[in-house]
Amino acid sequence: MAITIQLPTALRTFTDGLSEVSVEAATIDEALRQLTKNYADLKRHLFDDSDKLRSFVNVYLNDEDIRSQNGVGTALKQGDTVMLIPAIAGGR
Amino acid sequence: MQNTTILDAVGNTPLLPIKTGGGASVFVKAEFLNPSGSVKDRAARAMILDGVRSGKLAGGKAILDATSGNTGIAYAMFGASMGIPVVLCLPANANKERKRILKAYGAEIVPTNPLESSDGALLKARELAAANPEKYFYPDQYNNDENWRAHYNGTALEIWEQTEHKITHFVAGMGTSGTFIGTSRRLKELNPNIKTVPMQPASPLHGLEGMRYQETVIPAGFYDKSLFDGQIDVTTEDSKRMTIELAKTQGLFVGISSGANVLAATRLAAMLPEDNVVVTILCDSGFRYLSDEMWD
Repeated sequence: MAITIQLPTALRTFTDGLSEVSVEAATIDEALRQLTKNYADLKRHLFDDSDKLRSFVNVYLNDEDIRSQNGVGTALKQGDTVMLIPAIAGGR
Repeated sequence: MQNTTILDAVGNTPLLPIKTGGGASVFVKAEFLNPSGSVKDRAARAMILDGVRSGKLAGGKAILDATSGNTGIAYAMFGASMGIPVVLCLPANANKERKRILKAYGAEIVPTNPLESSDGALLKARELAAANPEKYFYPDQYNNDENWRAHYNGTALEIWEQTEHKITHFVAGMGTSGTFIGTSRRLKELNPNIKTVPMQPASPLHGLEGMRYQETVIPAGFYDKSLFDGQIDVTTEDSKRMTIELAKTQGLFVGISSGANVLAATRLAAMLPEDNVVVTILCDSGFRYLSDEMWD
């Protein structure tokens, strides 16, 4: 099913400036794999050397943290929006 | 009776030695011991006092600025102490501790788009300030020279005296870059041989709260690359390991950006002769990160 992934400004240099990318996926894991297949330079920023999602990458499904759901195994349905949010980077 | 306020408790923080595996000595400036718990007390205090002195902060105006948390907490603490309202544009992904502390001090939070991070907060603050000039005093920490000057006139001189003029290298990460720019500029004036090296997150997507990957953000007006003697990149994972080690082996319960700074400083020190002296900053307290799973 088609879902939308929203990207933080920090990662848009790896998606040709796009703030949103559509992918076909049934779970969060599939969606992120598809995203990093389409934009290979993104991969090392999202996944660590053992191919696990980096611990500080927060993934929200329709505004809810996937940690309070089924993690990267959380199922997706048509039209879902997935948001990738880093820990805050700011002027402190 | 002394007429001391919380504003007087800022600065003059201890400089502490870190145990390392060899190479140059490493010292840390314990900025987390400032009254609000972070290095940002220095810049926030300087910007507020400048606002009062210049008359821009008067007539019941509220302090308004963009922050990822620590500057906001400093403004909120001083504001509460001085009876000045504080309004902060804060990315909605700022951690729970920061939001709760801000509420405790009575500050108003304007949440901004988490996808746009610090830039989203900055643009929102600019917009609010431009639309309501009669309502807000907008210090604009990214473009206020009082920010870096607080370190030029404070942090740098303290380090110079505390190392008995023996400092050879200064290492620090950058958010607004005020700490790095102000401290580096003064140290180089005091001794042009001192090398000042910025620490930067290894990826634009990182978990070093408060630090900015400078290539992908709106730069501060006073950002000055001419002060850079190289650059040290660190990953969030390695920084968290160092943060935990600092608590367990050195008794320093500090935040992740402090761990990143110490990691960069020790890596640099390992390549230097023993008589060199490397100084870095412990930006904020570990209490500000208690909700992070890293401690479990």
